[in-house]
Amino acid sequence: MAKRIEVSGLHAYYGQVHAIEDISMSVEPRSVTAFIGPSGCGKSTFLRTLNRMHEVIPAARVEGKVLLDSEDLYGSEVDPVAVRRVVGMVFQRPNPFPTMSIYDNVAAGLKLNGMRGKSRLDEVVERSLRGANLWNEVKDRLNRPGAGLSGGQQQRLCIARAIAVEPQVLLMDEPCSALDPISTLAIEDLIAKLKEHYTIVIVTHNMQQAARVSDRTAFFNIAGTGQPGRLIEVDDTSKIFTNPVEKATEDYITGRFG
Amino acid sequence: MTSQTEIGEKGTAAAETRRAARAASTGRAGDRVFAIATRGSGILVLVIMAAIAVFLIWKALPALRSDEANFVTSQEWSPDSTPARFGIAQLAFGTVISSFLALLMATPVAIAIALFISFYAPRRIAGGLSFVIDLLAAVPSIIYGLWGLQFFVTKMDDVAVFLNDNASWIPLFGGDSVGGRSILTASVVLAIMILPIISSISREVFQQVPQANIEAALALGATRWEVIRMAVLPFGRSGMVSAAMLGLGRALGETIAVAMVLSTASGITLHILKEGGNTFAANIANTFAEAGANGRGALIASGLVLFIITLIVNMAARAIVARRKEFV
Repeated sequence: MAKRIEVSGLHAYYGQVHAIEDISMSVEPRSVTAFIGPSGCGKSTFLRTLNRMHEVIPAARVEGKVLLDSEDLYGSEVDPVAVRRVVGMVFQRPNPFPTMSIYDNVAAGLKLNGMRGKSRLDEVVERSLRGANLWNEVKDRLNRPGAGLSGGQQQRLCIARAIAVEPQVLLMDEPCSALDPISTLAIEDLIAKLKEHYTIVIVTHNMQQAARVSDRTAFFNIAGTGQPGRLIEVDDTSKIFTNPVEKATEDYITGRFG
Repeated sequence: MTSQTEIGEKGTAAAETRRAARAASTGRAGDRVFAIATRGSGILVLVIMAAIAVFLIWKALPALRSDEANFVTSQEWSPDSTPARFGIAQLAFGTVISSFLALLMATPVAIAIALFISFYAPRRIAGGLSFVIDLLAAVPSIIYGLWGLQFFVTKMDDVAVFLNDNASWIPLFGGDSVGGRSILTASVVLAIMILPIISSISREVFQQVPQANIEAALALGATRWEVIRMAVLPFGRSGMVSAAMLGLGRALGETIAVAMVLSTASGITLHILKEGGNTFAANIANTFAEAGANGRGALIASGLVLFIITLIVNMAARAIVARRKEFV
């Protein structure tokens, strides 16, 4: 189920703006890879190229290769919609569908995939909510609006929605930045549990979080304003945080800049 | 000496506090004026509504008392004869069916246009197209009436005959003496007239759909149409209902275009291709000038019914919008 991602020579643009430059790296299956770096360094943009969400923005485009177990996501005959069905995403701000109940939010992706039949849906919805550590809190109010939950619960609902369709990769774009410490802890515990089944890539501004949850860490940086973001270094998290190769990485993680 | 200075300083401080307080109290006065102005405007609307209702009832009562026929169920309209006999059945039927048909035709097209402008059209085309749609709303209804009478009616003659020949098994298209000056033609003209308002309100509603919801749907692997179904239409539902109801309100009250297009004839029939039919507003416009005192009272009574129908439509719209309020 979990797949390996192999990126080579990837560039991303917003119109004329060169957002990220020549990124090559790999993401191991069943592990957590954290992207860290200062604001504007392109880590979120890079994340969004991994499920072809980057090109949703008008005039945005991508060059290079992203292989998902040797299949190029940017191959000419590949449908971006199909890519997004196997590479799930959780956003910075919890974004449950406001018009849908908790149940329908989780079932939304399943219905897109053509799953019908109440008993099957019930089963997957329960499994997904359990998987997102939310079942016990919402099992008595599945028909209430998803937007009525607390921020942390909403984010776990979004995770449940993303994992309901059993993606091969789960992308998380600063999933805890809008949450309080308790909810953050709940999500971090969840990430540790999810990596048994999924390939997880998480963008975070919180270096402690990167150190806590990830197996590997990639550090991104920009040379200056208007310059494209670049991958500086990617390695095991313990190595990045104790003995990085690049000086820029060390400066960043020790708080000397950025 | 020192204490004097202290007192002096305290005095200055106190004066400053007073000044500050006075500034604040000017603010409070402004607040009060504003509150009164807004509350006054709100009350004024209610007063106007009540005044209209009272006026209609007061003018209508004498005519209603003189009515020898049943005002609700009679299809006759001779209020100036003795004894006076008139009823609104035909008017109510014509008004409701033409407006309803117009709504039925206009809403899907208007929403499709709004969706196209918001999600499918390239930006440059979208701008031009929404401008043209808004322009449609600015065309005076007399122009629609002239166009309807001089041009559209002649085209609809053939359409009516064709539908009658080929689809008369549908009850709506059956019957004799079909022609262009029918309820169907009036409905089409009304549909064109209410299209822009439904379309532009729907467009505004669609533009308020949070980007986060659209991205959530996209990230789940939704196609563009699935995004619209999952995130856009449910979010815009109440807005679209309001838009449609505003359109319906305009269709119900539309006078001159309908009065020009329809060839007035009495009788209630479901055959919408038949020449003739009548509506409240068209009947008032066509007959008010020649009506006698009792006739005018009768027309005002029919106006009162139109007023009540539009009130009910609006209240129904609100009820629909409020029903699922906890979502959205």
